[in-house]
Amino acid sequence: MLEKFVTIDEIAVPLELQDVDTDRIIPARFLRKPRTVGYGQFMFYDLRFDDDGQPRSEFPLNRDVYRGARILVADVNFGCGSSREGAVWALSDTTHPDSSAGFRCIIAPSFGDIFYNNCTNNGVLPVRLGPADCATLRRQLEEAPGARLQVDLPKQVVRGPDGRQYSFDIDPFRKQRLLEGQDEISLTMTHQAAIEAFESRRRSVVPWLTPDGEASS
Amino acid sequence: MSARTLFDKVWEQHEVTRREDGTTLLYIDRHFLHEGSFHAFAALQMAQRTVRRPDATFACADHYVPTQNQRKGLEGIENAEIRNMVRLLHEHTDRFGIRRFGLQDPGQGIVHVVGPEQGLTQPGLTIVCGDSHTSTHGAFGALAFGIGASEVAHVLATQCLWQIRPKTLQILAEGQLSPGVTSKDLILYVIHRIGAAGAVGHSIEFAGSTIENLSMEARMTLCNMAIEAGGRAGMIAPDDKTFEYLKGRPFAPHGDAWDAAVSHWRSLSTDPGARFDRQARIDASDVAPMVTWGTSPEDAAPIDGTVPDPRSLEAPDRKARFERVLDYMGLEPNRPLEGLPVDRVFIGSCTNSRIEDLRVVAQIVDGHQARIPAWVVPGSLEVQRQAEAEGLHEVFMRANLEWRDPGCSMCLGINGDTIAPFERCASTSNRNFEGRQGKLGRTHLMSPAMAAVAAITGELTDIRKKA
Ligand code: SF4
Repeated sequence: MLEKFVTIDEIAVPLELQDVDTDRIIPARFLRKPRTVGYGQFMFYDLRFDDDGQPRSEFPLNRDVYRGARILVADVNFGCGSSREGAVWALSDTTHPDSSAGFRCIIAPSFGDIFYNNCTNNGVLPVRLGPADCATLRRQLEEAPGARLQVDLPKQVVRGPDGRQYSFDIDPFRKQRLLEGQDEISLTMTHQAAIEAFESRRRSVVPWLTPDGEASS
Repeated sequence: MSARTLFDKVWEQHEVTRREDGTTLLYIDRHFLHEGSFHAFAALQMAQRTVRRPDATFACADHYVPTQNQRKGLEGIENAEIRNMVRLLHEHTDRFGIRRFGLQDPGQGIVHVVGPEQGLTQPGLTIVCGDSHTSTHGAFGALAFGIGASEVAHVLATQCLWQIRPKTLQILAEGQLSPGVTSKDLILYVIHRIGAAGAVGHSIEFAGSTIENLSMEARMTLCNMAIEAGGRAGMIAPDDKTFEYLKGRPFAPHGDAWDAAVSHWRSLSTDPGARFDRQARIDASDVAPMVTWGTSPEDAAPIDGTVPDPRSLEAPDRKARFERVLDYMGLEPNRPLEGLPVDRVFIGSCTNSRIEDLRVVAQIVDGHQARIPAWVVPGSLEVQRQAEAEGLHEVFMRANLEWRDPGCSMCLGINGDTIAPFERCASTSNRNFEGRQGKLGRTHLMSPAMAAVAAITGELTDIRKKA
């Protein structure tokens, strides 16, 4: 069961970088670690830490004023590139002392498709807002560090620090799963009969895929 | 029935059920795994679930395998963590009865090279893998896309995925590519034109006379990088070249089944008049040999061009990004790309490591000497054997190129094959992201021909002047 996402009111941190690929969110060399080590320690590793492993003070996520932030406001094409789900695990982890407070929501003008799916599969809400709205929010968070945003999933609304409201789209299926913290596999298992019926139809269309004819039972 | 696209047909043939909101439970015909799938196996085991279709699941050891002395097997991998990654793949596939092209298997190689080579990749199939370059398999008219670890676990358990139907984008390329210009240049040109997020939410179909004239290898290169334009998938309608490529491969249909398969496959092309949500047209004669200068695949320019000048940009955010990128890449604005010294060359990856790529490289380096360290990493053992049968490895070695064993290698360096900080690498791979090939490494993406000529000149070189 995932943590349910309903409405949150949290500190938000701006990230002024375009096309943040998942290699930057978590460098590939950490992906061989089991998730249980706490992926938060690897989040933005090469941006957060210098060559000696010391935090770079200028990186927003290292600034005290944004401590405790659980919302990230980013720029276009966030999470593009590699399919690694470790990127979302790194962003949302709360178990490791070097992790963030655990991001529950990421706001950006656009996301890599696979990253977007990985977010919702981990109870993290990706919110698409227009580039100008994202830029406004980032500027406000820069000017008043520590400001909070409200994200209301049932109403599909983000409230800025100035009270301005931004509505966003999300498909009903993902919304429901986020709201209920639903496990997708269990849900799919309820369609077992339809899957079996499909498989037998499919076998007659492409019999050469299962030459022994009984491989799926 | 109204006219439908290739994508529409494949999608509709795989709908198990559809919710009122349109979300579809899509059936998956083939599921490919690699070492990174250990996360999904961990999740599967935690939930005490099993693999629904081990017979539709295939695994490759590629990301973490060594590209030297592979013959020594697992024991030959010195780093314990890396060795463990390959071992876990072997263990999990043994436990669930999954066919494995593992270390020391004669079919071993990069998953996106092995699938087609074994005939596992076929027109009209849905194919997924926990790897974004799964789009490669779309070159055969399959609907193939990358997924995350939770989705891998979901497919293992159910053989299905909940999907929202993507929009469609047709990229229509007409005309002849100029000499020295390859499908790698074409895709870098497309990404540059539409942007690294240009196809987000879309399944791309590449069509037109330019595409029809491409070999299967070249088509794979094109679809491989559909993801670098943000595309959910990249597809090309199957034709006689597709069938010719597949015929006789181990997992391709044989005998009567072959004829039935071909007639099914022929029905998959986009109908005349079918509608796409978007279209883009490319004139093949506009495409020059391309190289990237930045840290996104969209940061590409013709080799006879220059490094862009951030000062010429209006938007402050774009300007800031360009400045940052040039700083990372160690480049001066307005400098010609041609003649830029490079420190090493990597020829390999699921984009460009197939036999055709290696033949081009051999032809260019034959009789020359590489001036800088240059690696040739075949995409699979099959490619390696074929290249050696043709004597290409001897050409490489005579030219002072390093001929290695198959794997992902320096494409992302997680087996230990990395470039050094600040090293400038001419690479045939697909991503020039910061740190992708090694921390602080500087990657320039290009075609195998361009990488080969860079190896012998030691600098970015216009293949049209050398060939
Ligand atoms: S060669 Fe590179 S891009 Fe291709 S599967 Fe391997 S790591 Fe991924």
